[in-house]
Amino acid sequence: MIVLWGSNARDTHPIFFHHVLAAIHRGAKLYVVDPRRTASARWADGHLPLQVGTDITLANAVARVIVEEGLVNQTFVRRATAGFDAFAEHLAGFTLERAERETGVPAQLIVDLARDYARADRAQLCWTLGITEHHNAVDNVFALINLALLTGHVGRPGSGLNPLRGQNNVQGGGDMGALPHKLAGFQDVEDDAVRAKFERAWSCTIPPKKGWHLTQMFEAMERGELHCLYVLGENPAQSEADSQRATRLLSGLEFIVAQDIFLTKTAQLADVVLPATAAWCEAEGTVTNSERRVQRVRRAVAPPAGARDDVEILCELARRMGRDLGNPTAEQIWDEVRALSPMHAGMSYRRLEELGGIQWPCPDEGHPGESFLHGRLWEEPVRGPRAPFTVVAPAPPVDVLSDEFPLRLTTGRRLDSYNTGVQSGAMASPRRQGETIDLHPDDARRLGVAAGEAVRVRSRRGSVVAPVRIDGGLQPGLVFMTFHFPDQVDTNTLTIDATDPKSGTAEFKAAAVCIERV
Amino acid sequence: MDLRALESLPSDVERVAIDAVLGPEPAVPSASWSSAQGRRHLLLPALHAAQARVGFVSPGALGYICQRLEVAPAEGFGVASFYALFALGVRPPVALHVCDDIACKAAGVDHLIDGLTREVSASAEHAWHRSPCLGLCEQAPAALYTRAGDPPVERGLGRLTLERAIAALRTGPIAVEPAPALPQRGESGLRLLVRVGHVDPSSLDDYRAHGGYRALRRALEIGPAGVLRELADSGLLGRGGALFPTGRKWEAVARATTRPRYVVCNADESEPGTFKDRVLMEQDPYALVEAMTIAGVTVGAERGFIYLRAEYPLAAERLTHAVAQARLRGLLGDDVLGRGARFEIEIRRGAGAYVCGEETALLASIEGHRGEPRSKPPFPVEVGLFGKPTVINNVETLCNVPFIVEHGASAYRSVGTAGSPGTRLFCVSGRVEQPGVYELAMGVTLGELIARAGGVIGGGAPAAVLLGGAAGSFVGKASLDLRLSFEDTKRQGVTLGSGVVLVLDDSVPLEPILARIAAFFRDESCGQCVPCRVGTVRQEELITRLAKRQPAGSLAGELGLLRELGQVMRDASICGLGQTASSAIESAVERLGAFREGEP
Amino acid sequence: MTVRLPLAPARALELSIDGRTVSVPEGASLLDACRQLGIDVPTLCHAPNLTPVNVCRVCVVEVEGARTLVPSCSRRAEAGMVVKTDSERVRLARRLVMELLASSVDLSTAPEASSFVERFGARPDRFGPPAPAAERGERERRQPGHHAAPRPGAAETVAQPVKLDNPLFVRDLGKCMLCYKCVEACGADAQNTFAIAVAGRGFDARISTELDVPLPDSACVFCGNCIGVCPTGALMFQSEHQLRAAGQWDEAQQSQTDTVCSYCGVGCVITLHAQGGRIVKATSPHDSEVTGGHLCIKGRFGWGFVRSRD
Repeated sequence: MIVLWGSNARDTHPIFFHHVLAAIHRGAKLYVVDPRRTASARWADGHLPLQVGTDITLANAVARVIVEEGLVNQTFVRRATAGFDAFAEHLAGFTLERAERETGVPAQLIVDLARDYARADRAQLCWTLGITEHHNAVDNVFALINLALLTGHVGRPGSGLNPLRGQNNVQGGGDMGALPHKLAGFQDVEDDAVRAKFERAWSCTIPPKKGWHLTQMFEAMERGELHCLYVLGENPAQSEADSQRATRLLSGLEFIVAQDIFLTKTAQLADVVLPATAAWCEAEGTVTNSERRVQRVRRAVAPPAGARDDVEILCELARRMGRDLGNPTAEQIWDEVRALSPMHAGMSYRRLEELGGIQWPCPDEGHPGESFLHGRLWEEPVRGPRAPFTVVAPAPPVDVLSDEFPLRLTTGRRLDSYNTGVQSGAMASPRRQGETIDLHPDDARRLGVAAGEAVRVRSRRGSVVAPVRIDGGLQPGLVFMTFHFPDQVDTNTLTIDATDPKSGTAEFKAAAVCIERV
Repeated sequence: MDLRALESLPSDVERVAIDAVLGPEPAVPSASWSSAQGRRHLLLPALHAAQARVGFVSPGALGYICQRLEVAPAEGFGVASFYALFALGVRPPVALHVCDDIACKAAGVDHLIDGLTREVSASAEHAWHRSPCLGLCEQAPAALYTRAGDPPVERGLGRLTLERAIAALRTGPIAVEPAPALPQRGESGLRLLVRVGHVDPSSLDDYRAHGGYRALRRALEIGPAGVLRELADSGLLGRGGALFPTGRKWEAVARATTRPRYVVCNADESEPGTFKDRVLMEQDPYALVEAMTIAGVTVGAERGFIYLRAEYPLAAERLTHAVAQARLRGLLGDDVLGRGARFEIEIRRGAGAYVCGEETALLASIEGHRGEPRSKPPFPVEVGLFGKPTVINNVETLCNVPFIVEHGASAYRSVGTAGSPGTRLFCVSGRVEQPGVYELAMGVTLGELIARAGGVIGGGAPAAVLLGGAAGSFVGKASLDLRLSFEDTKRQGVTLGSGVVLVLDDSVPLEPILARIAAFFRDESCGQCVPCRVGTVRQEELITRLAKRQPAGSLAGELGLLRELGQVMRDASICGLGQTASSAIESAVERLGAFREGEP
Repeated sequence: MTVRLPLAPARALELSIDGRTVSVPEGASLLDACRQLGIDVPTLCHAPNLTPVNVCRVCVVEVEGARTLVPSCSRRAEAGMVVKTDSERVRLARRLVMELLASSVDLSTAPEASSFVERFGARPDRFGPPAPAAERGERERRQPGHHAAPRPGAAETVAQPVKLDNPLFVRDLGKCMLCYKCVEACGADAQNTFAIAVAGRGFDARISTELDVPLPDSACVFCGNCIGVCPTGALMFQSEHQLRAAGQWDEAQQSQTDTVCSYCGVGCVITLHAQGGRIVKATSPHDSEVTGGHLCIKGRFGWGFVRSRD
C-alpha cells in the first residue's frame, strides 16, 4: 500500500510514479490525500480531498481510528516508541465527526484509509510540498510520523516514510552540509568534536555557531543585519513567497554575487555574476536523489565559453582571498568528503560506477548501502533512542479567508515545467499552456468567468492577471496556480511568507485571494 | 487512471443506448485501476449498442463509452477499429452484408454482386458491403441485413437474389425467417440433432418434454467426479478442430487451485463453409444452455460466457431468450435446480473477426481487448478468461455432453470408431442437391456423405472437395473413399476441422475460390505477428500473379516461394489462423494441380 | 528504486540446447537459457524492460515434440526440453521473417534489423518491387476486413508520409515494424498514459492515437518513452530527424555519457548523446534501477537550455 499525502507525484515525480504504477498493477492499493483531484489522485483506490491546511486534523483522526479499532501494532509501539499514552489521550478529541467537518473528507474515507494502512503488510507514506510548504510544516510531518509509529510501518523493506525531494540534488546539498547548522554528513556544526575533525582536515577555524536559513536571511536583510549575499544556483527573486518583498530586500543589499548558469532575475540584481557550468552535464561530480542514492554526474559536453565549473570558481575565489586550495578534481573532493563523512565513507567513485549509485549510509567499501533506514527499531531490544510520538495540534493557514479574500489559492507544479521555468522554458512542450488561474466550474459560474478569460487575482500582498482554466478536479472555493512562468505571471506576488519556525519554509500552499473580472 | 477524454460528445440517443448497457452514469466516478479492469468487458456490448442505434460508432459515442469504462480512448479506438462490423465513420442506417465467400461463390454470388454494383448507387439511407462467410452456406447465396434504430433490425437472408437484395435495401427484408435446411428431420439415431426440427426453440417446457434437463439432473446426482469420469471414458474430442480430449480439459479446471473459474462457449463459428453450430443454437438453444450449466457445476465455475459471432442474430435472440427462461425457472442463477449450485450465463457478441474463433483471441475479445491471440502455453485451463482457469469448448463439443452424462460413456461409444467415438456434424454445401447439416457416425466415407446430401447437382461427379474449411484442405475425387474420422483424415494429411464439406464440380472454377481463400486470410489476419500479417499479403499477391499467369520468374520458382511462405506461416505464426493460411491453397496446388493449367 | 523483497530462491531446471546441457532457474525463458550458453538468438520485439509480446517471430527456435516453432523470448524453459536454435526450419523461418519485414517496412534506420537481413541471407526483392506509398490518411481510412485487392506485380508496403505534428518528435510509420514496444512503454509497462494503441487489423494494423488525432490533441504527455524503445527509427527525436534530413547525423562522431537528470529529486540516469559538442538526444539505460530505461518529458527533452545559453 502507498499513501501519497500532499503529493502529486504523477506530475511532479513521474518516474517515481512509474514504480507506484508497477505496484498498483501488482495489486497494491494507492491512497492520495490532496485538496485537488490530481493526476495522481485519479489512480487512487481512495482519494481524500481535504481542505487546505487541515492535514493534522485528518492525520489525528486516522490515528484515532487506528487506536479505537485496535489496529495499533502493540509490539512495535511497546518496544520501539515513546510517548504513546500522551499521544493516545490527545487523539480523543479528533472524532470522525469533527474531522469530517473540519477537513471536508467523508468519514468513511478516513476509516478506509486508517484500516487499509494499519492492516497492510507493507505501507509507504510519501509526501511532498503539500505537507511542508505550510507555516506548521514540521508539525505536519510529525503527524504523519505518528501514523507510521502506530502501525510499525517504518524501518522495514517496503514500509517507510518517504519525503519526495523536488530537486535533483536538494538531498545532496544537505548531505554536503549546505545547511546552516550541519557540516557534511549531517554532522552538527555546534559539536566541538565534529568541528575539530573538520578544522584539522581543513587547517582553519570554523565558526562554532549555526548560521541562518534562507528565511532568516531575508529577516536579517529586513533588520539591516545582512549586507552581502553570495547566491549559487538559486533564484530567490522569483522563487520566494511574497516575491515583491524578496526583490525589494535583495535590491537593498550592498553587494550580491550570483553564480549561475543563467542570467536569472536574481543575477540581474547582482553586482557580480559568475557564469557557471551546468553541473549535471558539463562537469564531474555526484548528486544524491530522494532515496539517498548517491550517483555520478558526468561531463557530456563542454560548457559555453567563459562558463566555469563551480569548484574552479570557488578555488579561484579562495586563491584571490589568499588561500590556495589547488585545482582538485571532482574525485579528489569526493574522497575528502568520504574521509570526513562516515555515512559516505564506502562510496568510492569506482564503486559508484560499478553499482550505478549507492544509498547512504555506506560506512565502508564492503557495505552495499541501505535501501531503508530505521531498521534498528525492529531490533530486540531496540538499539538507540526510542522513536517518540509527537503531540501535534492543528493550526489553520495564516492567511485567513475573509469576505474580501474568499478563495483559497494553493500552488504547485505541472508535468512539463519546473520551478521558475529557467530550465524547462527552453523546451517546446506541446502540452504547456502558460500560467493560468484554475477554478472549479462552480466558482467560474458564480464569478461569471469563462475559460481563457483574463482575470485579476488579488491577495493581501499584491495582484496578478492570468487567464482562467476550468478544472473539475478542484473543490469549490479552491483555486490553483503554478509558479513556472514568473516573467508572465508572478504568482509569488500573491503567496504569503509566513514560515515554519523550524524548517524556514513558507506557506506557498495557502494564500487567501479574490478574483476580479478585468 | 488519469486518462484524457475525447472532446466529442455523444448524441442523446447514443447516450441512452449506451447507458442501457452500462447503467446510468454514477455521480462520483470510481477510477481505480482495478475497478476499470473489472468493467472493461462491457466495451464490445457498448460499442454494439451505439452502432445498432445509429448505424456507426461516432467519435462522441466512442468517447463516452471510453469515459464510462475508464478505457483509454486510443485503446477503445484500437478495439473498435479491429472489428469489421464496427464503422467509425458515418454510415447509412441500413446495411446489407453480402457474402462473397467460397460457398456463396460456388452458388454464383458474383453475378449478384455485379448486379448490385450496377444498380445500387451510394445513398444516405442504405449501403451494401461484401462480407466473408456468414454461416448460411446451405442457403447460399446469403446476406446479413441490419437496420440501425430503436429497436434495431438484424436478419440473415438466404437464397438471395438480386431482386430480393435490392428490395431489402430499399424497403427492408420480407418478414419470413430463412428456412432452415434440416434434411435429417425425422431420422432416428440422431443425438445432436435429435430435437432439431421437432422442438419449439422458444419453449423451455417443450425442451423438457423432449428430454431436456435430464442430463443436468443426472450430473447433479453423480456429482463432478461422476461427470468427469463419464466424459473421460467417452473419449469425446473437441469439435473445434484441435481434437483435445474434453474430459481432460474439464478435469484440469476442476482441479485448479484458483477461483473464480469460467466456462466459455466458443460460438464464434466463422470458418468459411461452417454452419452447424448456428443450426444447433437456432433450433435447440436450451441444449447449449443445459450443456454449459453441466460444465459450470462440474468444474466449479459460477459464470459462463457464450461468445457468439455477430452474424448470427437469430441464434442471439433465441439464446438470449433461453438463458432468460432458464434463469426464471431456477435452471440458472443462485440455486440451480435447488441444489445450491450457482451458475450464470452471459452472451457476448463478436463484431466480425474470424480470428476471434481462436480461443485466446476470443477470451481477449470478451475482456474488451483487441481480438489478438497469444502464445500458448499457458493454456486457458490455467490462464483463461480474466486470467483465471477456464473451460472453453465449441458449441458442438458442449452439445455432446448431455448425451454422455445421461446415457453414459459406453452408450456414447456405441457408434463411431475407436479413435473417434460418437457422431459428427458435417456442414455439406456447394454443388450438392441437398446442402445442410448432417449428423453421421464418425467413420462414414466422404462418398457416402455426399450421397446422403443427394449427390452432386445434376448427377455429376465432384471435382474437388474442401474439407475443414478455408483452414482445411482440398481433396479430389480419388478421396471419395476417405473415412471421415480423426484418425483416417490425419493419416491422409487432411483435417475434418469444423466439419466443412464443400463440394465443387466442374462448373465452379477452382482458382477464383483459391484467390478468395487467400484474400480471406489477408483480411482476417489480426496483424500481430510478422509471418501472418505480411505472409498472407504476399501469398495473395503470389496467387494473383499465378492466376493471371504472370509469374515473377519461373512457375517452379513461384511455387517454391509459395511453399516457403506456407512453411513460415505454419511454423512461426502465433495462432492457428496463420498456421493454416496456406493449407487449402497448398493442397490445391499439390493434389489438384492448381495454377498449372496451360503450362507445358 | 523498486523495493526488492526477499524471494524464495528459484529452483533450477536442466534442458538441452543445440546438444549442450544448461541449467536455468525456474521461470527463465528459452532466450535466457540460450544467452546463458552464449548462443546469439536474434530478437526484434523483445526488450528487457518490457513484457514479451513475441510478435516479430525472429527469435523462434525448434523444441522437440512441438508442432510449430516457439518464440524463445516468451516460452518458459521446461526441464528436459530439447531445443535447436539453428535447424533448417529455424533458419528458413528467420530468413522468411526478415524477407517479409524488409519487403514491407523501411529498415534504413534500423541497424539491427538490417543486420539480420544480411545475416540470414534474406532476399526481400523476391516478392517484387515495392508498391507505391500510401497517401496521407489512406491507410487510416481502410475498414478492417474490407478487402484491398493486390496491385499487380508489386509488393505492398507500409510506406506513407511522415507524421510531423509536434516540436519534440516525429512518427515515420513507413518504418514501423509493429513490434508493439511503443504501445507497451506508453501503456502498463511504464508510462500508463495509453495515448497510443494498435488500431486497424491485419496488414493495415498500425500504431495510432484515438481516431488518429495529432499527438498534441491526444493523451500524449511527451515522455518519449516510445522513442526510447523504438528499434527502427520510426519514432525519432526532432533533433535527430532534422540532423538526418540535413545530412549531418553522424553516429561515429557521437559520444554517450551517463549522468543524472537536472530536474526533480528522483535521480533518473540519463545518457546524453552528443555530437559536435551539442546534446542531440537523451536516453536512459534500461538496467537503471531508478528509471528502468524510462524518462519523463523533462528528462527526455528538457536539455535544450544547455544549448540555449550560447
